[in-house]
Amino acid sequence: MICAGIDIGSITAKAALVRDQELVDTLVIKTGYDHVKAGERVFEQLLKKTGVGREKVCAVVATGYGRASVGFADKAMTEILCHGTGAHFIDPAIRGIVDVGGQDSKAIRLDDTGQVTDFAMNDKCAAGTGRFLEVMANALDVELAQMGEVGLQSQNPSKISSICTVFAESEVISMIARQQKREDIIAGIHDSAAARVAILARKTKLADPVMMTGGVAKNTGMRKALEKHLGFELTTGRLAQENGAIGAAVLASRLSVGS
Amino acid sequence: MSEEASKEKRKIKSAKKMRDLMTTYYLDALSASQNNKKVAWITSGGPVEPLVAMDIIPVYPENHGAMIGSAKMGEDLCAKAEDMGYSADLCSYARSDISCAVVKGGPIGGLPKPDMLICCNNICGTVLKWYEIQARYFNVPLFIFDTPMCHTGYSRPVADYVRAQVDEYIRFLEKVTGKPFDHDRMAQVGKLSMEGQRLWQKVLNTTRHKPSPMSAFDAFFFLALIVTLRGTQVAVDFYKELIQEMEDRISEGISIVPEEKYRLLWDNLPVWYQLKWLSNTFSAHQACLVADTYTSAWCGAIQYIDPDRFLDSMAEGYTRIYLNIGVDQMAEQVIQMVDVYDVDGFVMHSNRSCKPYSFGQMDIMNIVRERTGIPVLMIEADMVDPRNFSQSQVETRIDAFMEIVKQGRDKH
Repeated sequence: MICAGIDIGSITAKAALVRDQELVDTLVIKTGYDHVKAGERVFEQLLKKTGVGREKVCAVVATGYGRASVGFADKAMTEILCHGTGAHFIDPAIRGIVDVGGQDSKAIRLDDTGQVTDFAMNDKCAAGTGRFLEVMANALDVELAQMGEVGLQSQNPSKISSICTVFAESEVISMIARQQKREDIIAGIHDSAAARVAILARKTKLADPVMMTGGVAKNTGMRKALEKHLGFELTTGRLAQENGAIGAAVLASRLSVGS
Repeated sequence: MSEEASKEKRKIKSAKKMRDLMTTYYLDALSASQNNKKVAWITSGGPVEPLVAMDIIPVYPENHGAMIGSAKMGEDLCAKAEDMGYSADLCSYARSDISCAVVKGGPIGGLPKPDMLICCNNICGTVLKWYEIQARYFNVPLFIFDTPMCHTGYSRPVADYVRAQVDEYIRFLEKVTGKPFDHDRMAQVGKLSMEGQRLWQKVLNTTRHKPSPMSAFDAFFFLALIVTLRGTQVAVDFYKELIQEMEDRISEGISIVPEEKYRLLWDNLPVWYQLKWLSNTFSAHQACLVADTYTSAWCGAIQYIDPDRFLDSMAEGYTRIYLNIGVDQMAEQVIQMVDVYDVDGFVMHSNRSCKPYSFGQMDIMNIVRERTGIPVLMIEADMVDPRNFSQSQVETRIDAFMEIVKQGRDKH
């Protein structure tokens, strides 16, 4: 039995296929302007990539901010539930998740059966989200994907005091003007964003082992900064960004069994 | 039954009467000067009974703020206050009231001009500066009724201090009106006030029934009378009728939320401009907000008031209200409500405007979670200023919270 999960985020759309409790494959594309088309596209492309016929897919669960715009999904579920399910599917030992995505960051606590017992999300502010890092990468003229590595070279991280993304950006620009090292500024940015995310983790009383998910998990510098704030190491895999879609696919297979 | 008919059946009939009573009340207030009556602006938790006894019409800028929020006129008025130089971090009731006094905007074209202002700081500290601003603007006398925070108990020095102000308050009213205070009339008003509060508590208690005949969203609406017409026969009569309607609904099995399955408790002021959306969002999950910490504040201090010694005991009653006690006592009241109303979850509105209500919520959240084990949700918003509300973010949080609530219930 094959089931699919579609996660429409603010920046990227993700799809995952699960066959009999085994992950088949995943795919990530840019969401773009049209959420409806993004859902269709990511699903079609993944089916093509895996050679699975659409008629073979028993159930689809949609999640993410665009979850309501995936017309072909059987059910929409929140990314909190999907990330919890995805992390438990990949590693049943996980008891907490720190998910840093494009427009929000969240902390999720799980029990030993993988059920969500508590969660916290950032308030209406981009500090501590992927968008914050994106704005800073732009100001520093560095590729977003390179930010993590560059920041890790810092010996003397700068201190960013503004929480507001817009103010932090002007703070960064004045640091550039004062010719502070790029790696130091980046390390300061990671530290500032990590401090915001760590508050959410403490609110939900996350305890080791915790998985970091979402696109920002690929940023090693940000992950290290977060580990420093939390006082323990985070696990992350190559499928951190697709975790929500994987969870959605697992939930879809439960849905399918249930019916 | 068709959906239309079912909706019609669920409608609370007393709502129309309530609207009429509020209209009459505001018309009386707006035409007060033509009828040789004086108008006092007073804070929502202020001691209103002496005003009623003196035949002064009390008007509530906070109730007006709620009307502005419900009418979705908050954004413009708040922005106008910011244009005037007030900080966007200031309470949105204060901002909309301050600008409304100048531009005569809002759903009723502004409140009637006050003859005096009565400011009681049992609900917050913002009201002190807010009322000082209005006293300067309208050039009218201001009486400040100072109620010290009661973190643990009600000490003798506090009791003496507050009681002494009751006498000062009466002298102030005698001076402004030029009339002697009528203690017999005061005794009657005190009894009516107590009766009104008892009846209001009874209205709120009807939601203990499963399924609930009304929700906190209805309580937010029906609250207006115990706030504005406390101490009058009108409020007493109305709440008697409302209780009757609720009891009828219970015996006929009419619930406010179709097929209520989950029961929730709400904390903090309502998000006035999103009442309908929030109500529908929870209803879609078959969840009913059966109680809240806000509307019960207008009957929460009954235990301290003795109708036979109203003025003496009023001092304590007005000082020991929900927002003027310690966080651990607030948590204790919440835990009691969780039990009394048998709720499955607790929804907290972290209200950007209301600092005394929102400060301490994290502690209350932790205490409640630890002691009751129910899931708790915190949403960030503002009671009147929609610029501090993000629908899609709140929606995701509610959906995720309800997934946890359902999960918790399935386990038991």
